[in-house]
Amino acid sequence: MSSSGPENLDAFRAQLRDWLDANAEHAPRRQVLAPQDDAAVGRWRGWQARLADAGYAGITWPGAYGGSDGTPAQRVAVEQELTARGLSGVFDFIGIEMVGPTILVHGTEEQRDRYVHPLLRGDETWCQLLSEPGAGSDLAAVQSRARLQDDGSWVVNGQKVWTSFAQHAAFGILLARTDTEVAKHKGLSMFVVPMDAEGVTIRPLRQITGDAEFNEVFLDDVRLARDSIIGAPGEGWRVALTMLGFERVGVGSGLHATPLDRLVAAVHASEDRDDAGVRVRLGQVASELLALRHTSERVVEEIAEGHVPGPEAGLIKITSVTASLAACRLAVDVAGPEALVDDEWGHQVSALPGVRSAGGTEEILRNLIGERVLGLPPEPRVPTKAA
Amino acid sequence: MYLALTDEQQFLIEAAQGTLARHDTLEGARSALDGAPGPALWQTAAEAGWTGLLIGEDADGAGLGAYEALLVVEQCGRVLADARLLGHLAATALLEQAGADATLRGALATGERRAALVDAAAGERSAPVQARRAGTQMVFDGRVRSVLDVPDADVLVIVGRDADGACVAGVVDADADGITVTAERAYDATRLVGTVRLESVGATALAIPADRTRDGADLQRALLAAESVGAADACLELSRSYAIDRFAFGRAIGSYQAIKHKLVEMLRRIEGARSLVVHAGRTWDDDRAAFALAANAARVVAADALDYCAPETIFVHGGVGATWEHDASLYYRRAELARRLAGGATVAAAAVAAVLLDEAHLRTQRPDTVSALSVG
Repeated sequence: MSSSGPENLDAFRAQLRDWLDANAEHAPRRQVLAPQDDAAVGRWRGWQARLADAGYAGITWPGAYGGSDGTPAQRVAVEQELTARGLSGVFDFIGIEMVGPTILVHGTEEQRDRYVHPLLRGDETWCQLLSEPGAGSDLAAVQSRARLQDDGSWVVNGQKVWTSFAQHAAFGILLARTDTEVAKHKGLSMFVVPMDAEGVTIRPLRQITGDAEFNEVFLDDVRLARDSIIGAPGEGWRVALTMLGFERVGVGSGLHATPLDRLVAAVHASEDRDDAGVRVRLGQVASELLALRHTSERVVEEIAEGHVPGPEAGLIKITSVTASLAACRLAVDVAGPEALVDDEWGHQVSALPGVRSAGGTEEILRNLIGERVLGLPPEPRVPTKAA
Repeated sequence: MYLALTDEQQFLIEAAQGTLARHDTLEGARSALDGAPGPALWQTAAEAGWTGLLIGEDADGAGLGAYEALLVVEQCGRVLADARLLGHLAATALLEQAGADATLRGALATGERRAALVDAAAGERSAPVQARRAGTQMVFDGRVRSVLDVPDADVLVIVGRDADGACVAGVVDADADGITVTAERAYDATRLVGTVRLESVGATALAIPADRTRDGADLQRALLAAESVGAADACLELSRSYAIDRFAFGRAIGSYQAIKHKLVEMLRRIEGARSLVVHAGRTWDDDRAAFALAANAARVVAADALDYCAPETIFVHGGVGATWEHDASLYYRRAELARRLAGGATVAAAAVAAVLLDEAHLRTQRPDTVSALSVG
């Protein structure tokens, strides 16, 4: 799979299609912002294992750790073929898109051997222990404290929040403060936390939807082995930036948008489908969703060619939330207010406001793009020590 | 920004920038408001080969596609240059499609003559132009307002509906009997806009399938979108420079989120519109149904982008942005008129909805229909 070139990509795609013909029955349908019960999660993890065993997960990762030594174009091809068939990709998006690549960059040889392959198959899934009640947008302000013990192990105390999938995860990747005497970005370190360790308490947080997709995680005197640190002590911020950078090359960041065909079907099924005002609104919302789709395609083309998209790719997320909410509102307007409590539109209406801040608030994203892409002067940042 | 272009396309863009830089188009846009004649951009366009972009090499044209035309027009929009290409390119696309007379196409390709498109779908909303066949001729009656580039055009391509409601097209010299063209006053003085009255106008029928006669109007909308993307991008650049240079309370105003976030919003809207323009450009040659959807969607999103960027550019500049001398006001004039041309952005939104709902309707009739929209 390591060879590239268009002919090889065609062959890769043909082989993939054959494989999907034979295996698609095991795949969960691709859904937007849908809640998942334990049975559905089990099935989805099984699908991830199947993809991994066939070489269709971790495609660009080294073969030594279970990857396929493949090209970005092949990775994009897999996502495209799955999307075209309405099939889900891997379950553990956080593990595959963010944690795995980070361990490959910053982990020791032992850590790569231990964690990467089970992560790829979904045998062990991951969560991120980053945000805290007092450190969200200002992530470097985290207060969770890891103290070095005489035997080289660490003891962690603190509280994390907005932790998606913690209830399913075998491990969390934890940003904690190891030095309070230096500037806040410099006193951080990154760790691997077994989620079943003594002192780890997971408490579900119920969202607007009524579901509990993310959690609070309490860490009380959690003892971590010497080799659980990723990178050197004090390098945590650098490791975190690597990890957040990988989020940007995650293929399909625009795919959480409301599907255009569902919106069109909702309007078509309604009594308002011939209403001129409704049609103009549909045209406006549809145009935004089409703009989103083609912008995502442009970013995917970049990835397929082996480039790392710039921060402007983050604009996709803003448009995705804005256009999806407009789409949901139109659908509910034509279907009637009871649609606010249905599984499709009602669920999205409730889920979208939270999505806006997932992975970083829109305001922080706009700061980042304004500074890195447009070259505008930075926000005033006062160097502070952590309290 | 993340836009894959061929070397030829890149060269075309750079050549367009070089060509346009020879004229002070912004000063021309301002002095035109006081009645001064604008720069002679038609001649420039002809010399650069833009007038023949969509005409085949058999008739001295460049034989290129819509993508190239969109790229050139985007550069024109950036500096508010109106070379009368929006009417001409849309009209010549239909003539090329119909395989019209090579002498006529040749004269249009070299810029010796200039064409405009008269289509009720590409003018201000009004009753469709009526058409009836009389031998090899097509006879048109009707009135269309706010037609782009029609005053002083040499050749008119007319699209109307026959008694059965089918779209038909014809071509005629602009000085033929029964044609009256009246120039309209334009808020953006770079524009040439007119009302066309057709009274039993006999035109040469164009052999275009009924479902393809709207390609000219759709192309004109895509061209307007590309031009708007260029203008909006110029607004962002004006605003960006000012936000970096201008200090208030001891800091560059671009460091404040109130300004910074506004500029990022400009970028977001421009990039969305640009993606649709690119998609329209890429689909023109092989998939006209996809082109129609992309062109109309591009028109909607690009009009909204320029609608946002032009006034916000004035606001970022404060009082100075609202003065006669400042270029921001010229982009604002461009925005206000452009969104209302070629049927207006609202008509484009309705066209997007029509394409999608028609397709949904087909699917309910034939559930096995494969849809280009089912993905994503």
